[in-house]
Amino acid sequence: MARSVLDALTSRFGDAITTRSDHGDEVAVVARDRLVEVATFLRDDPAMAFDSPVFCTCLDRLHLNEDPRFEVSWQLRSLRHRQRIRLAVQVPEEDARVPSLTGVWAGLDWQERETYDMYGIRFDGHHDLRRIYLYEEFVGWPLRKDYPKEKRQPLVRRTGLE
Amino acid sequence: MSSLKTYVLGRKTAEDLDRDDDDLPNELMTVNMGPSHPAMHGTVRIVLTVDGERVVSGDVQPGFLHRCFEKEAEHATWTQVFPYTDRLNYVSPMLNNVGYAMAVEKLLDLTGKLPRRAEYIRVIVGEISRITDHLTCTGASAMELGAFTPFLYLLKSREWFYQLLEKVSGARLTHSYVRIGGVFADLPDGFHDELLGLLDKTEAVMVEVEALLNNNKIFHDRMAGVGVLTAEDCTRLGITGPMLRASGVDYDVRKDFPYSIYDDLEFDVPVGSKGDCFDRYLVRIAEIRQSIRILRQCLAQIPDGPIIVDDPRVALPPKSETYNTIEGMIRHFKHIMDGIRVPPGEAYTFIEGGNGELGFFIRADGTGRPYKCYVRSPSFVHLSTVGNTIKGHLIADIVPIFGMINMIGGECDK
Repeated sequence: MARSVLDALTSRFGDAITTRSDHGDEVAVVARDRLVEVATFLRDDPAMAFDSPVFCTCLDRLHLNEDPRFEVSWQLRSLRHRQRIRLAVQVPEEDARVPSLTGVWAGLDWQERETYDMYGIRFDGHHDLRRIYLYEEFVGWPLRKDYPKEKRQPLVRRTGLE
Repeated sequence: MSSLKTYVLGRKTAEDLDRDDDDLPNELMTVNMGPSHPAMHGTVRIVLTVDGERVVSGDVQPGFLHRCFEKEAEHATWTQVFPYTDRLNYVSPMLNNVGYAMAVEKLLDLTGKLPRRAEYIRVIVGEISRITDHLTCTGASAMELGAFTPFLYLLKSREWFYQLLEKVSGARLTHSYVRIGGVFADLPDGFHDELLGLLDKTEAVMVEVEALLNNNKIFHDRMAGVGVLTAEDCTRLGITGPMLRASGVDYDVRKDFPYSIYDDLEFDVPVGSKGDCFDRYLVRIAEIRQSIRILRQCLAQIPDGPIIVDDPRVALPPKSETYNTIEGMIRHFKHIMDGIRVPPGEAYTFIEGGNGELGFFIRADGTGRPYKCYVRSPSFVHLSTVGNTIKGHLIADIVPIFGMINMIGGECDK
């Protein structure tokens, strides 16, 4: 069913979209500068009506030898038509920023913060981009593949202990 | 001297009260609620800005229970991830087990190819877990509002189910019972009768609890009209599960995207009409009844047969083979040390968890370990809405709103 969504996206946005299907999940990889436009279309078009966000996360493809390094994805759901689709944007390490979709679906607020916290992806236009699980003083992005699992960063406050 | 007032207790007129209000300081105050607060079960902190007793804004801060689920999963074999999933939503671990197993099975192309008995066992333990989840949520919320007796009744009932699951899996709380391609062991002797007995006893408990709570003036006043979310709000925010249904949307993964054997089972999806905390409570109570209904059907229908798929790629060999043949020994060793080989690909699989849509987004690179294992936890999404919901409410209203979210720290903080 979501196949028709991909076809509609391709015919409307043409070059900005590449599509793939993996194990029954439909994915549309969108050019970064067209993302908000595509997302708004998916939400507002009555035939699409993707009214509800599911999750946002990122895939670090460092060890998969795929380029560019990060693929940020947003899973969406249409409660009206009972269908699903995943949007993805690929960004390189040195320019790891994507437009925020919180303006389209408010429910993505914390999900994008989590992705920022874990992968260091910056969401342009997010109203409150702070770390969510970790503390402000934390250095680095723990879910990136080059962050060692054994690394420890205990939070020690030494104020007034001279 | 005329500005001096005399305060005589109990002798004020309405006019005096009006004037008094003007004199009260109206600066905003910042209050920390949590992370260690009796009503903030699951360690979460809310930094409140309050105007007297009224909440102006609240910054909800999770993360105190962050245990790097994803990072650990990336370094464990596919089977070793099960114990980590137990610790996500620790009041319904079986549902997490099933959700994760289904995601891996999707990548292995085993969806729908499991033995029927294994599917039935999964649904049985999953629905028991859903009941324990709802029992905990309603019980804890009632207690936080001062109703201690229903809490004891509900937890007593939950304990029966935990003991039954202990007989099934060997562990009271962290079961790790499900395996990729089936389950770890068959149901123990006498399970059938014991579960039927428990369901009858639990129905009796539910009658008692509803008698204590449904028309309880205090409980009703604290819950009704509090934390209202409309169907549009819920949809836009990505809320699922009992909270979404309390707002009147009949979305249930078991009905809308049926998996396992839910197509063959008869049950209803209860929905609320107002979307307030009281509706969320009623929906949960109704869902316990539906789960009991599902369990009775499963017990009547469950067939005999194998409990794990007969596929040497995913299933451990029987112990007799492991100990007596070199092939069995090698296969066992490879499974344990290297892990199951899952073909490359990515998939998102979701089930109806205790609190809503519980999903696993997994990327496999062909080795014995997940390349990425993201969990879409309903608690995290629901908790993110609390900051806005509590605006304009009284501080005391935070307790039922937070309670009916049923935030489970392990699942929310990953």
